[in-house]
Amino acid sequence: MSFVPGQPVTAVVQRIEIQKLRQGENLILGFSIGGGIDQDPGQNPFSEDKSDKGIYVTRISPGGPAELAGLRIGDKIMQVNGWDMTMVTHDDARKKLTKKKEDVVRVLVTRKSLEEAVKHSKGTHPKHECGGSTSMHRLMQ
Amino acid sequence: MDTESTYSGYSYYSGRSRGSHRHGERSRDRHKPRSKDSRSEKSVTINTPPAEPLLGDSAVRGEQVQDDNWGETTTAVTGTSEHSLSQEDIVRITKDLEDSVGLDCRRYFARTLAIILGLLVFFTPLAFLVLPHILWPENLKTCGTACEGLFISVAFKLLILLLAVWALFFRPARAGLPRVYVFRALLAVLVLLFVISYWLFYGVRILESKDDNYQGIVQYAVSLVDALLFIHYLAIVLLELRQLQPCFSVCITRSTDGETRHYNLGQLSIQRAALAIIEHYYCDFPVHNPALLSASKSRAAKHLAGLKVYNVDGEFPAAPAEGPGNNAAAAGIAHSQSRAMIAAAARRRDTSHNELYYEEAEHERRVRKRRARLVVAVEEAFTHIKRMQEEEQKKSPGDIMDPREAAQAIFPSMARALQKYLRTTKQQHCHSMESIQQHLAFCITNNMTPKAFLESYLTPGPTLRYSRDHWRARQWTLISEASVTSSLKDGSIFLLKCVDFSLVVTTKKIPYIQMSEEYIDPKSHKFVLRLQSETSV
Repeated sequence: MSFVPGQPVTAVVQRIEIQKLRQGENLILGFSIGGGIDQDPGQNPFSEDKSDKGIYVTRISPGGPAELAGLRIGDKIMQVNGWDMTMVTHDDARKKLTKKKEDVVRVLVTRKSLEEAVKHSKGTHPKHECGGSTSMHRLMQ
Repeated sequence: MDTESTYSGYSYYSGRSRGSHRHGERSRDRHKPRSKDSRSEKSVTINTPPAEPLLGDSAVRGEQVQDDNWGETTTAVTGTSEHSLSQEDIVRITKDLEDSVGLDCRRYFARTLAIILGLLVFFTPLAFLVLPHILWPENLKTCGTACEGLFISVAFKLLILLLAVWALFFRPARAGLPRVYVFRALLAVLVLLFVISYWLFYGVRILESKDDNYQGIVQYAVSLVDALLFIHYLAIVLLELRQLQPCFSVCITRSTDGETRHYNLGQLSIQRAALAIIEHYYCDFPVHNPALLSASKSRAAKHLAGLKVYNVDGEFPAAPAEGPGNNAAAAGIAHSQSRAMIAAAARRRDTSHNELYYEEAEHERRVRKRRARLVVAVEEAFTHIKRMQEEEQKKSPGDIMDPREAAQAIFPSMARALQKYLRTTKQQHCHSMESIQQHLAFCITNNMTPKAFLESYLTPGPTLRYSRDHWRARQWTLISEASVTSSLKDGSIFLLKCVDFSLVVTTKKIPYIQMSEEYIDPKSHKFVLRLQSETSV
């Protein structure tokens, strides 16, 4: 998941659709994020590359909408509803996730197990295209 | 239901506006001239002076068409005789008459009571000591050394009591309050009961049995004086100390122009709180200027003047109403008429806000221009004189002036500018030519700069600064729903009305504060860099 500056980022992502849950007057998603271009990347326990300033999922509330939708702890969020999350400040990421007018967020997340799953499937079935919920996306850096 | 505080429901100190004192006070004040006395106190009476507002307004109006030439030294023969009285003099005389007649008997009654009580209290221990010697001298045991030591103690304690009472009670009265000063009355009653009980005991056990133990009698007298000192301590606590700690925050608003101030008061009765508030008013509030209120009144008149209501249904609301049915109908018609007017006024495209805006901007500009002219004129006038040095004294003895003459010499050059400025800010009735010259002489004497001289004219000062004629607030009436001797409570509201305006007072209690402590070890202040934040969404 490292990037070369100037080159588009390539990653295997999973599309997850999370329905926001209404709690009182807030709409919550049920997870916590960490990271951002204004944060210290060295303290991120989930990233492989300690210079990665992307947004990571640091905590999932058990039984919350995120867990039900399939988000896992340690996931790196690449896109939220079409907005890029690889080069944003922490607060911008929060804002894109907590827009009051949207009831559902569609995130593209990546994790190491996805890459390995693709490699595995590529290795065993070289001729099959991978489909289903995973796809490879090219993201402009 | 508003009830004005009236003179009903008196205690047996009837007709009192102050509680009685322990000793006769102010015997020297009786020799003071009568008029000064009544003017120095803010007497509270119910009868509002008749036709006072008319006189007050016309006095202002009269001075607005003042002769423009007062700033110049021209003499003119006027049509009035030498013995004419101005309108303000007449008002002052009627007020003095009312003051002197109304309150004299009450004050004197209280004072005589206080004197009697004081003398009784003072001479009682002496009487206790002296009576055995008079009545049964032969049986009395001689007074030994311990007994004579007690004489000294009685003497000094009486002296201290005298000084303490003088310090606490021998003060000029600040005001006349509508009702009895409750604490003082209670203390007087307590002292009276106390002394009477001592006399009873003395009379029954000592006089009748002709006790020969003189030392015991002296000790009895000493115990009386001790107890009196303790009652004096109680008086200090009740009268002086109890209200020192702030307990309430009062908000005072003047009804005519909305001037608001906040003060802290302690536990006081409503009338004492009103007194404290009035004293603060004189010191803090800018002087009430009725000329500044005319603009909003004319605007209000214009709002309603544009609409007329015609009734096209044939009913005549002006017909005399007979019976309750007609009354209700007439009221209903008037009600609907006023509603229609309000609705029409709301819909009408009113441009009066525009007028107000431009008028205020224009006025502001005019004031600033005149102020600039005034400042320049005064600065220039002040350059014409300088303080004479010692060595110059021998040079020209003819030109030497004292401050008053110097003020009169430079006044004409700034008079016109000052007069114009005062006219523009509608303050011209607050300052007479005489007072301005006096102020100028004062400033010259004290080496003040032109800016310091102008300070009193550029901003309206507190009411006390102006002469008594311009106070416009001499008689105050306390209007309160609760009894005026009850103590202040949270949310109590009362009015202090004087002829031209009223002060609305609301109180709020300072809340009870619950404080807890937390100990922080100085070594526990440790920090670490934290650049990774986590937000839950």
